[in-house]
Amino acid sequence: MSKKILLEHAHIEGIETFDTYRKNGGYEALEKAIKTMSPEAVVEEAKKSGVRGRGGAGFPMGMKWGFLAKPEGVPRYLVCNADESEPGTFKDHYLMKTIPHLLIEGMIISSFALGANKSFIYVRGELMYVINILQQAIAEAKANGFLGKNILGSGYDLELVVHPGGGAYICGEETALLESLEGKRGNPRNKPPFPAVKGLYQCPTVVNNVESIANMVWIINNGGDAYAAVGVGRSTGTKLISASGHIKNPGVYEIELGLSVEEFMNSDEYCGGIRDGHHLKALVAGGSSVPIIPANLVYKTANGEDRLMSYESLSDGGFATGTMLGSGGFIVFDETACIVRNTWNFSRFYHHESCGQCSPCREGTGWMEKVLHRIEHGHGNMRDIDLLVDVAKKIEGNTICPLGDAAAWPVASAIRHFRDEFEWHVKYPKEATRPGAVYMGEAELV
Amino acid sequence: METKPDLLKITFDGIEVEVEAGTTIMQAARRIAEADASQGHLVPPAMCYYKPLEGSGGKCRACLVKVAQGSAKDTRPMPKLVPSCITMVQDGMVVENVTNPAVLEERKAIVEFLLLNHPLDCPICDQAGECHLQDFAYEHGSSNQRYEEERRTFEKHDIGPYIQLHMTRCILCYRCVYTADQITEKRVHGVLGRGDAAEISTYIEKSIDNDFSGNVIDVCPVGALTDKTYRFKNRVWFSKPVDAHRDCDKCSSHVTLWYRGEEVIRVTARKNEWGEVEEWICNTCRFEKKKTSDWIIEGPTKVLRSSVVSANKYRADTVKKPDFALRLANSQYKPIDDSRPFITDEETVRQLSIENNRKANERSAFENTEN
Amino acid sequence: MNQVAEPIAFTPERQKRVDQMIANYPEGRQKSALLPVLHVAQEQWGWLSSEVMDHVAKLLDIQPIEVYEVATFYTMFHLDPVGKNVIEYCRTGPCCLMGAEDVYSHLKQKLGIQAGETTPDGLFSLKEVECLAACGWGPVFQIREKYYMNLTNEKVDSIIEELSQ
Repeated sequence: MSKKILLEHAHIEGIETFDTYRKNGGYEALEKAIKTMSPEAVVEEAKKSGVRGRGGAGFPMGMKWGFLAKPEGVPRYLVCNADESEPGTFKDHYLMKTIPHLLIEGMIISSFALGANKSFIYVRGELMYVINILQQAIAEAKANGFLGKNILGSGYDLELVVHPGGGAYICGEETALLESLEGKRGNPRNKPPFPAVKGLYQCPTVVNNVESIANMVWIINNGGDAYAAVGVGRSTGTKLISASGHIKNPGVYEIELGLSVEEFMNSDEYCGGIRDGHHLKALVAGGSSVPIIPANLVYKTANGEDRLMSYESLSDGGFATGTMLGSGGFIVFDETACIVRNTWNFSRFYHHESCGQCSPCREGTGWMEKVLHRIEHGHGNMRDIDLLVDVAKKIEGNTICPLGDAAAWPVASAIRHFRDEFEWHVKYPKEATRPGAVYMGEAELV
Repeated sequence: METKPDLLKITFDGIEVEVEAGTTIMQAARRIAEADASQGHLVPPAMCYYKPLEGSGGKCRACLVKVAQGSAKDTRPMPKLVPSCITMVQDGMVVENVTNPAVLEERKAIVEFLLLNHPLDCPICDQAGECHLQDFAYEHGSSNQRYEEERRTFEKHDIGPYIQLHMTRCILCYRCVYTADQITEKRVHGVLGRGDAAEISTYIEKSIDNDFSGNVIDVCPVGALTDKTYRFKNRVWFSKPVDAHRDCDKCSSHVTLWYRGEEVIRVTARKNEWGEVEEWICNTCRFEKKKTSDWIIEGPTKVLRSSVVSANKYRADTVKKPDFALRLANSQYKPIDDSRPFITDEETVRQLSIENNRKANERSAFENTEN
Repeated sequence: MNQVAEPIAFTPERQKRVDQMIANYPEGRQKSALLPVLHVAQEQWGWLSSEVMDHVAKLLDIQPIEVYEVATFYTMFHLDPVGKNVIEYCRTGPCCLMGAEDVYSHLKQKLGIQAGETTPDGLFSLKEVECLAACGWGPVFQIREKYYMNLTNEKVDSIIEELSQ
């Protein structure tokens, strides 16, 4: 069994209730932080731990906290990003419904560290049942004196508000989330100014992912250095991976960063291997936004080194031969998956979710979807393939928020690695559109 | 020249200029052009940015530039192209605009993106000739089109007695929304829906009835919001702008009157050389005062940079035409005489058009016998 | 619409919840409560008519257009009348890998309607949505707050059966 930091108690019956959670060491970290530590000391532990943002960008959380402006007389806010909507990612959903108190405790510790007296958990509206679980947990924490006025007699006040979203992937982008929290359309803001200076209601704000915040509980209990000792290199700690697709055991797994991809994929403790009688064709390692890689680059990097589940190893080789850890949405494709159809599907997702503010993303995502739809449905041209590459290039990096990049990367990478499959769709449209037809061609299977 | 302590130095396309802290790259570029009109072509295009409107900018991405050096302190280049309209100047910043091929390449792409769902109905659009999208496409676009899919379409509809909305032409710059937010008390229109299905609308048929609603027509960079009292009356290049004012209790009434012959066919707010309105005007001035006697005439308007009213806009030496286009033009069209006088006398216009009609009839009669 | 005009108001229980929601946000930031209040409104009326949205605007002291802008941006809000059970099924990649397309065509066949339509008896509406964050448990659809996961044709049949009672 590998190290468990978040899901150590997940299997315990009734862990979603306050009493069971408390019996299993819950809220001890909070007591330690509030009674024995200064807010600065908590921030220091977060910095030492090296924990990186688990929402996808992987920015060190302690550093982000350090950027928070602290002008006199202006409230500061902590907002938890639980708007998990990235295709392939469902770890926060699992964490919140299984151990809601872990997030609540993490929120209280983090709010204390940042000096926030009102903090928000922005949960995607579809997860209304999870919102109810969180509300229940908050009520329990309040009833036991861990939340509200004068927490544990320390004089520190905190109010936690769960805010439901309304169905928009873009609200996972932190500034769009803040706009949404202010009751507006989820249009991302131009940066700078960053939320650390002007965030919610134009006040200094930190936005962190559910998993990042939940990590704080263990970090306070065991120290930032102990956390930094887990994992590999700059990828410290553990990571929740949402495994889906053509594997034997889809689900959410906690892994120590640095585990080899091969072990994660094939060990019975985790994915359990590709489903019987099939072979690995491709992998999306960190949610639909990251580049897709073909089977021959999954277990080994282009240099022949073992590919590990870590920020650095997965992105080894850059966009040419690598991918990214992203939010940990591990989507596995076997040889029955049609890459063109999947790329079209993802592209449709980004077209549907683009907020429509800036022109490259608003127009470009729709364009790519329409062209991919044509290719998939047997009306493509050879020049369409290069067109897609060019459009993706023109969107990437030129938009207000990363949704443009997220829309461009899957298309660009699919064509980079599976161009022959796109060409096959163009050359043999009748064959390609037959139900269940899959191109086997040059793709290397493992 | 020594840098004053409170001024920041920026190098824009190789030209150095000093600006106050808090100036954007776009404003610095405009400063250069204001000092030396021959550098006007250096100013990045702005489709959504509108200086008088707070919060505008950053959306259309037309003004993206390359920051080759972040500042004197941090000499690293910025990794991505940045929108010049909202990026603040740092001391020692080096910006590449038309001198960077990647910037021009991206601008070409932005034109393409903006035109994907645009109907290109310039021949029947009232905005033609003073359309920022037209100018942008003319100056930065490419002549071919790669988009083969269906365009989105909308029914046009009236929002109020004076304004017509052609949503098909809209490029979602949000300027009209900011205008309604910032100069009227109650906004009734907004951006509905999202992505490329987003539209400017009032949701349920509502009219925008507000004394300053007409200003949304002036801020619209394209022909999406048009003046119903002017609809199909004229082409902008046939009209003659004159500055005027009147005694108005609601607004400054500093307007431009647009004449065709002796008739005032349109009233707009005055625009500066960047096409921006600095003094908003009320609906009474704009829609109801269309007699010369309503106004105190100040004199001819200084013609705008972005206006085809200036006959020199497409003058040979200001515009680089590709070789093949020149050859084609020489072989097929007779040259346009830019030195022709501007005729406003109605009788002369009538006589000229009769003469032109007669010639055209003769020509077609001749061609018919040829066949 | 030929409904009898009745005054729009939340039930007392819901009004209490709405007041609590508004109190959750700092003074003067009552607009923040817009999304939660719209959810409550949809819970009560099933969908958001312009009258309902105007009522919400009045409660939050904002312009009606600000409510329309938000309600049209977010996909969870129904802007037209819908059936009693709105089946929101996920059409995104990972679910499709698990054979979602076949399950959904079975669902459509079973109900005799396409996405965006309502059955004649008003019991079911179908709505295509993007990722519901349950990729490992796909195919998945959602009816109100409840997630139905690991769907198969048989499961779909029994769910429809159950809800038709």
